[in-house]
Amino acid sequence: MDSFDDVIIDIKQLSFSRGERAIYDNVDIQVPRGKITAIMGPSGTGKTTLLRLIGGQLMPENGSILVDGKDIPRLNRRELFKMRSRMGMLFQSGALFTDISVYENVAFPMRVHTDLSEEMIRDVVLMKLHAVGLRGARDLMPSELSGGMARRVALARAIALDPEIVMYDEPFAGQDPIAMGVLVNLIRRLNRALGHTSIIVSHDIQETLAIADYIYLISDAEVVARGTPEEINNATSMKVRQFIQGLPDGPVPFHFPAGDYQSELLQDS
Amino acid sequence: MLDLLARLGHNGLKKLEAFGSAGIILMQSLIARPQPATMLPLVIKQIHFVGVLSLIIIVVSGLFIGMVLGLQGYTILVDYGSEQAVGQMVALSLVRELAPVVTALLFAGRAGSALTAEIGLMKATEQLSSLEMIGVDPLRRIVAPRLWAGFICLPVLATIFSLVGIFGGALVGIEWLGIYEGSFWSNMQNSVDFSEDILNGLIKAVVFGFVVTWIAVFQGYDCVPTSEGISDATTKTVVYASLSVLALDFVLTALMFGDL
Amino acid sequence: MRIRVLEIGVGAFLLMGLVALLMLAVNVSGLNFESKGTYRVYARFENIGGLTERSKVTMSGVLIGQVTDIRLDSDALQALVEMEISKDVDFLSIDSSVSILTAGLLGEKYIGVVAGAEEEFLQDGDFFEDTQSALVLEDLIGKFLFNEVSE
Repeated sequence: MDSFDDVIIDIKQLSFSRGERAIYDNVDIQVPRGKITAIMGPSGTGKTTLLRLIGGQLMPENGSILVDGKDIPRLNRRELFKMRSRMGMLFQSGALFTDISVYENVAFPMRVHTDLSEEMIRDVVLMKLHAVGLRGARDLMPSELSGGMARRVALARAIALDPEIVMYDEPFAGQDPIAMGVLVNLIRRLNRALGHTSIIVSHDIQETLAIADYIYLISDAEVVARGTPEEINNATSMKVRQFIQGLPDGPVPFHFPAGDYQSELLQDS
Repeated sequence: MLDLLARLGHNGLKKLEAFGSAGIILMQSLIARPQPATMLPLVIKQIHFVGVLSLIIIVVSGLFIGMVLGLQGYTILVDYGSEQAVGQMVALSLVRELAPVVTALLFAGRAGSALTAEIGLMKATEQLSSLEMIGVDPLRRIVAPRLWAGFICLPVLATIFSLVGIFGGALVGIEWLGIYEGSFWSNMQNSVDFSEDILNGLIKAVVFGFVVTWIAVFQGYDCVPTSEGISDATTKTVVYASLSVLALDFVLTALMFGDL
Repeated sequence: MRIRVLEIGVGAFLLMGLVALLMLAVNVSGLNFESKGTYRVYARFENIGGLTERSKVTMSGVLIGQVTDIRLDSDALQALVEMEISKDVDFLSIDSSVSILTAGLLGEKYIGVVAGAEEEFLQDGDFFEDTQSALVLEDLIGKFLFNEVSE
């Protein structure tokens, strides 16, 4: 098991379940500072849940989530909100505020957390929008944007306060190849340029392998594999191979657990 | 049988839990350090949304209800030769009962359901989560302004409803049915008391505004964030809000006018 | 600019509410803002019948005030009625008499004041000395029957 020189997020013995179903069972995850870390796994393994746990929107049943040495579940409301201002999150749907313009969306975190003058805010908003290539779209309303554009605006909003940690929830899902390429580039460039830590949750294998520095593969409430993209690519475990190569059947079964097929068909209802 | 009992208990507990979380949401959104600078524009926007835009439906229904009251009151009272009491009847029934209750019911259908759908959709599109991650409490940013707007708007709407209704009744009574104008108004003024009737009606409207908005906001905030969940929550808002208004109206009437 | 329109709309809306309330107060409830205040006078009655708070106080049929409080005077064992009389009516002589009357046959109870002849007028906190209790229908019938029998 590798260990990193400089860990920004240190998750220890995390357990979390939804109803009867365990989402995480005694999971350890370390995220290195300034790098791009990807959390991968089949749908429904609770990858988004992990981001919410880090953001303090959900409380774990067990274990600790240390962000820069502070245990998120034990923070009080004010400390938590302060911690969140150091994080940016890109939601799967973009989650732009639909009642205000693109410009106001990006300006929103600054208006909440800083006392910057209107001119300063304007400069920063234009810089961030320029970084995602949408400076010209500043007066549009979110409903007038395409899916890819909305996600880029949301990215501009997520980095508005120059956060130390940026979390991406399925940034590539449902994007056309061009938008996907743009986003991959953008995430990598922003990470290098701004020096923040990125966490990507995704099941898009090629894109994620291309930009991640380190990868965790999660399945059945456990970390089944961890390592650099090369290590994951060369892994021998059947579970990892199935996921990476997208095989329809394997250790992760095609069938949802069910009774015996024949006896169920013959059964009188 | 035991199963039925268990299910009953389970449902009861779930309802109790929902009531509790509704209370918590209310507390957290109202008992916040007031920040007038950020709050005021949001409240104004919401007043526009739930109040100004509900004005037309309130004025039209107020007018018609007043006219119907005038007509019905006349046909009954004319048999006793006391048709000049129409004004008194129209004014008292509007100010005490119909204005707050009907306004609240219309408000639940017009603004309450819209509030639920709006907040539910915000939840479904992760806007609420996103606010939280930006470090803004959605209860203060989204819920509190809507609650305040509901508070403020319903008494205003109910007052306008009363006034329009009374003029509607006067129109029918005086202009069409020929009740003597002087006795119409003086009878009304003699029997309607400002603090007893008008202020009590206003208090009712404030309570209803509070309850309807609270239910609407809670249903939106608590809904299952799918299209089915939102439509379910909207229906619940209208049903629960209407029932609460009618039940509360009885309680308030008993307290105010029932000499209890 | 869009925000301005919105704010003006909301302002007009709230103003409409206020105006409506004012019109309700003046036109519908006949609330009189011109009243220059009131003063309080008291009266003791043997029996107040159905008199309630907020009942009218009239003089020669003109409304001059209202009943504000009714309680039992534990010393005199009589009903003590507190009335608010409009300041304009400052010419009630100290020997004025008050009686509890009924509007119509079965209507509401109200207080009627009949002015006396003295030069001195009632001040805030004074008592009407000359009072007449309400006519209670049962007593009346009882008396009538009793008289019939005794004759």
